Amino acid sequence: MDLQNQQRVKDAAEKYGAENLVVILGSSDAEGAEIYAETVTNGDPTFAGPLAGVPLGLAVYHVFEQDIRDEADPSVWEEQIGMMEMVLDTEGLANAVKGVREQYGKYTL
Amino acid sequence: MARVAIRGYSYCLSHTPELALHYGNTPYMERVSHGETEYLKKLARSMQSFDEACSYAPNQAFIGGIDLDTLAGQPAPMYQNRLEGASRFGRFGEIMPENEFLGLIDICDVFDIIWLEGSFAADVSRELEKHPLMNGKLMSRLEKGHDSSEIEKETEEHGALPLLCQGRVVGCCRKGHDFDESLSAHVLLENIASKAGSVLALLHLLKTTGLSPTDIDYVIECSEEAAGDMNQRGGGNFAKAVAEIAGCANASGFDVRSFCAGPVNAVIAGATQVASGARPNVVVLAGGAIPKLFMNSRDHVRKGIPPLEDCLGSFAVLLDADDGTCPVMRLDALGKHSVGAGASPQAITSALVYEPLQKIGLSFGDVDKFAAELQIPEITVPAGAGDVPAANFKMIAALAVMKGELKKEEMASFVESKGIPGFAHTQGHIPSGVPFIGHACEAIKAARYKRVMIIGKGSLFLARLTNLSDGASFLIEPSSGRSGEARGVTPEEVRGILLEALEDLSKELTG
Repeated sequence: MDLQNQQRVKDAAEKYGAENLVVILGSSDAEGAEIYAETVTNGDPTFAGPLAGVPLGLAVYHVFEQDIRDEADPSVWEEQIGMMEMVLDTEGLANAVKGVREQYGKYTL
Repeated sequence: MARVAIRGYSYCLSHTPELALHYGNTPYMERVSHGETEYLKKLARSMQSFDEACSYAPNQAFIGGIDLDTLAGQPAPMYQNRLEGASRFGRFGEIMPENEFLGLIDICDVFDIIWLEGSFAADVSRELEKHPLMNGKLMSRLEKGHDSSEIEKETEEHGALPLLCQGRVVGCCRKGHDFDESLSAHVLLENIASKAGSVLALLHLLKTTGLSPTDIDYVIECSEEAAGDMNQRGGGNFAKAVAEIAGCANASGFDVRSFCAGPVNAVIAGATQVASGARPNVVVLAGGAIPKLFMNSRDHVRKGIPPLEDCLGSFAVLLDADDGTCPVMRLDALGKHSVGAGASPQAITSALVYEPLQKIGLSFGDVDKFAAELQIPEITVPAGAGDVPAANFKMIAALAVMKGELKKEEMASFVESKGIPGFAHTQGHIPSGVPFIGHACEAIKAARYKRVMIIGKGSLFLARLTNLSDGASFLIEPSSGRSGEARGVTPEEVRGILLEALEDLSKELTG
């Protein structure tokens, strides 16, 4: 996760409280999604950004997780995301983020 | 219908591991922030040699040393399955070693920005004398060189950046102003390296087309660099600066910018000038980007694979009137990502692929090959960005399913038959569709393809000016076999005209 996005997440957690923040990832790669998820839960694993050593434990989800899909208007979902469901490994991405959330997350929806 | 000939193309790489190690953005920022860390030490130890860069199959595909079928059949990982007997020269261009490229940068320097150390300059002069494209005029621009002490003083006391080759300081890039950040040594080095890459591609283009430099009428440059000073940071004009060095005395030019969508937009800009009769010919070209060298090297080093992003890419494409002998660009089916089109992948894919085809009555199946972002997967997959070309082809296949032109179970075979392997370096504008023009034109000339689509996509939001992205696309087809306008209409064109008329009628009736 780039350094500026880490700072934005950190600032938002400080302003609104970590318990009131949900991070929704749209990464197309499971490994990348795991790194992003780890960054906002356990801290930046590369130790390069503002979240290095900052375990926020945020509620982090991949957009393909059923919990997020249930929140979306089906017609908007179809228009915005339907095509990518055919392109990406939705289950693999959802499980990747879920795994990290269950390991390091302090909050859920 | 307007069609413009793609008369020629060239593609070059400059193997520049030392520029990458010292001025690629990722290692540069690491050094500035944390000093010589273990990552940087490992990176320096794991860099590819020039011979290794030449024998890496995707690099050979880029310069036309091998075709894309050969690349696709190459066992992975290709950095462990290198080509035997690979040459630095291919059908489209070459891979230039770093010492010669530093010499070429000096040849491109008209403001005494680049200083080379005397013995290095002499060695490079001997090497470049043997280069088939270097002439007396170019060689006379290469400086005799400076004492090491002068270069040391310039770097230590006057803010110049040292230039290295095989671990040794062999010169420096000086700053252009004491306070102007737009003229810092760093900015000037990036700009002059991009300029030199463009010059190299233009020289190869002139050779392959058999044209004289003075035959070139117009040049459009489309890299991602900005040339200017503190009062006009992106004033330009790279195009004329490149044309000047290559001896194109009758040419003028301008620059086009749109991040990675720049080249496709620039080719369209050039083609429309040719089609309108405003210019007899236009060269569209770009050099590479030093900051993107070793961009993903942190992941490459961590995973123990060679840092493959050690080459600056460059290309040039010559457009002129359709005389019935060359593949042509169609200008009646240009893809455009409009402001209101939406930012979702399906909105972008629809605007760039589906809508232009629909406009002329074609379907996805009527295109033999699509070429969008052609990054080398062995670079991007270890960095968590996936196989970018494959993702693009899957998106096109998925859109075809949504439009009812393909069954879902046919997606894999569609991707297999319509896609191509990635073979371009991760330098934004360089992999964005245009590397396929050369291979595509060869296949069209050999009647292996009847139609390909070139797609460019750009991330405009990186500049913090707009949240929009950009995109453009065009089709390449065989020439009609007849020149210019004097020809009949094809059944496809009749279909397109009828569809447009029906659409107009529908609008009037619903009105």
